[in-house]
Amino acid sequence: MRDGASPDSQRASVDEFRALAERELPRLYALARRLVGDEAEDVVQECLLRAYRSFPQLEHERAGGKWLTSILVNCCRDHWRARGRRVEVVEIEEVDEFSLFRKIADEDPFPYSDSVHLDFLQHFGSEDVRAILASLPELYRVPLVLVHMAGYGVKEVAYMLEVPLGTMLARLHRGRKLFERELWDYAEENGLLKEGARR
Amino acid sequence: MITCAEAVRQLWDYLDGVVEESERELIEEHLGFCRRCCGELEFAEELRRFLASHAEDGLPPAVRARLETTLDELGST
Repeated sequence: MRDGASPDSQRASVDEFRALAERELPRLYALARRLVGDEAEDVVQECLLRAYRSFPQLEHERAGGKWLTSILVNCCRDHWRARGRRVEVVEIEEVDEFSLFRKIADEDPFPYSDSVHLDFLQHFGSEDVRAILASLPELYRVPLVLVHMAGYGVKEVAYMLEVPLGTMLARLHRGRKLFERELWDYAEENGLLKEGARR
Repeated sequence: MITCAEAVRQLWDYLDGVVEESERELIEEHLGFCRRCCGELEFAEELRRFLASHAEDGLPPAVRARLETTLDELGST
């Protein structure tokens, strides 16, 4: 692995990398599923290849998880670039003003419910959530997933994506609003707003 | 004083702890008398839990096996 390193030290380095990668595989795969959907396995594989090559640059093993996440995010971006970026039209003002809380209160889809907002959310399974995330432009999906699903801090994600904090906050805000609107649209389109719909 | 629209626009940033101190005070002042925005805040918290609860779904054994083969191949080069 390291040019000029002794065979024993190379073996130790390979073993360290393997231990780190095996530990992180479930998390990396779950993250990739939410970022690139069905092509998650290919992206994780590419991530492992790149991480292996640059493993000697990892200074602290404790930073290994975040380091792998950064590599994975770069692999996802290259993946989208290779497939050509979609033209992503978002009606910004309309989205920024959308409130799922108000929409549910106004439409009252479950009139016999005492907790209509919670009941609304309980109609969605993980497959539904993945489908909704997939419908969001990547520009907004990535910060949303990294902050609210992978649990990274807003500043960490801004650093990871190499954008100023203000830009990151604006994208995150729009991502949340788009997600809220897509939750409602998806529920309407898939019959989740009927009393007794699947839970 | 801020309006409901201004308060709602910043609720998630407020929950993320990334609003300025002066903005935080204005939001909390607004939440002190606006029941509707308190509902918005509670729902924003619920949505955060909802997103976090859908973050994991396990690594299928077949996928794990293929990725471990990749690791085997890397270790033998």
